[in-house]
Amino acid sequence: MADLVSHPDEVKVVSRRFGMGTTDINRYLELDGYKAVQKALAMEPDAIINEVKNSGLRGRGGAGFSTGMKWSFVPKQSAKPKYVLCNGDESEPGTCKDRLIFEHDPHSVIEGVMIAGLAVGAKSGYIYIRGEYRYLSNIMQKAIQDAYAKGFAGKNIFGSGRDFDLYWHGGAGAYEVGEESALMESLEGKRGVPRIRPPFPAVVGLWGGPTVINNAETLANVPHIILGGGDWYAKLGTPKNGGTRLFCLSGNIEKPGVYELPMGYNLRKMIYDVGGGIPKGRSLKAVVPGGSSCPCLTADEIDVAMDFDSVQKAGSMLGSGGVVIVDDAQCIVKFALRTMKFYQHESCGWCIPCREGTDWLKKTLTRFHAGGGLKKDIDNMQYLSENMLGRTFCPLGDAAAMPTIAFVKKFRKEFEDHLEGRPCPFEKEGAVEQLPVLTH
Amino acid sequence: MKFSDEFEARFAEMVPHYPTKRSALVPTLLYAQDEVGHLSDEVIVEIAGRLDLTELEVRNVISYYSMLTTKPRGKYNVQVCTNISCLVRGGEDLLHHCAKKLGIGHKQTTPDGMFTLEEVECIGACSWAPAAQVNYNFHENLTPEKMDQILEGYRKQRTQ
Repeated sequence: MADLVSHPDEVKVVSRRFGMGTTDINRYLELDGYKAVQKALAMEPDAIINEVKNSGLRGRGGAGFSTGMKWSFVPKQSAKPKYVLCNGDESEPGTCKDRLIFEHDPHSVIEGVMIAGLAVGAKSGYIYIRGEYRYLSNIMQKAIQDAYAKGFAGKNIFGSGRDFDLYWHGGAGAYEVGEESALMESLEGKRGVPRIRPPFPAVVGLWGGPTVINNAETLANVPHIILGGGDWYAKLGTPKNGGTRLFCLSGNIEKPGVYELPMGYNLRKMIYDVGGGIPKGRSLKAVVPGGSSCPCLTADEIDVAMDFDSVQKAGSMLGSGGVVIVDDAQCIVKFALRTMKFYQHESCGWCIPCREGTDWLKKTLTRFHAGGGLKKDIDNMQYLSENMLGRTFCPLGDAAAMPTIAFVKKFRKEFEDHLEGRPCPFEKEGAVEQLPVLTH
Repeated sequence: MKFSDEFEARFAEMVPHYPTKRSALVPTLLYAQDEVGHLSDEVIVEIAGRLDLTELEVRNVISYYSMLTTKPRGKYNVQVCTNISCLVRGGEDLLHHCAKKLGIGHKQTTPDGMFTLEEVECIGACSWAPAAQVNYNFHENLTPEKMDQILEGYRKQRTQ
């Protein structure tokens, strides 16, 4: 069980019931549980969608697409059944927030799935939970059973005459499955290889039916929006970036943890006030602001409002809310290597730029960190990464390339310090097996 | 091939959740693996038969998912995360410590069949790094000393 933290600047919406025992459905009911879905049952589908559109809620999985807009793409009429798919395949390095939602407030996800279903006219919802989170699948399984037992799910929900079925589904270890089209492939019992789009899932999704796919945190916000109103939610954040966000502070920081802060919260304050700064008298070297696929920011780039648009303007992405803090004792080359090792491991091999690119970059970075790098390798890494961008079915290729470009551009000197047989300046002598410098 | 009653109950409950039988494949494989220890030839043939798939289709899926394995593992699979959040908080040192302590490397198993060691990708414990999972149990905010106690605890649990 993961520890909870708190800070006075937090604005608790999605985390307001954390630590209050709401895995118990009766406790959840005491704390406004299942009120939102009942309210939604009395609303027209378009009114639900408009409320969510007005709230400025954007996808918390990383892409930041307007949730209400996404729902509106689902055709009203469909010959095939429509589905809601909750993405709980949380696996972007640096991200551990959906885990807390499932652990502490599983019914809020269920409610979000049901409201999404009412909005788009779906009669079943699937909650996909990554395989490593077995204890959370158990929590979700019980939550679903309890919802059925109370008559909240299944036939004639809340006596409304409408039906909604809910299921959870477990993964088995694959980062790429967090991408929406790969997620559907995985749920259909296949390798998590991405699908080409169009058609988009809203039109042709699970088993060929129109499908709404939202991140678990996104859906957990929905009941609060329905109860509190879209305007209230929107005002918590910044223009076009409604609400709050679960930020997962990790890495070299005094008080790591998952904090719910308003959209647009200043990154410097997040690191130094909320997170308590850098431990051991060290100083900040870099921040990865939204999970490993986001380009890092340097210590002088952290005066940025943490919302989708501001972070993008600063040259990075808000991503999945995983804020990884890196101090000056860390080697950026090694950090870049570990990041690339991850993407190389997770690439499914479907698209050649990603499959070959990640492998090449991993090999080059390995050799580089071991002192076998040549000056031209630095430019080659950047060139290779730039040529992976936008050339793959799913964004895994981009996710590998974008941070690499930033590491090379922003920390070129550190790469140069590793050149031509020089041992890594951050490692103890002899810790890295030295590789010979290539002569061509 | 015989699975436990619990497996059979889960399987019977799960299959009707989906419009296609095949959709139950990934969770079924993981449950079978939890029970048997690995996805043996026998398990693969059995599951392929139940879900109207070819053996090849099942193997094709197994090779994609990192938690699924066709090779036997130790009773306790010690999975140490060394991804970025863990890396900067000593995840690699922890992995090396485990390797030394257990006398095995990545994806190797101790001769007594007790432990397998695995360097894994992010397990979603970033704010509580460095972290590891032993089978499905999370162990967080680790130090080499804490890790020793944890491994000892599992060893005792098994030998008692």
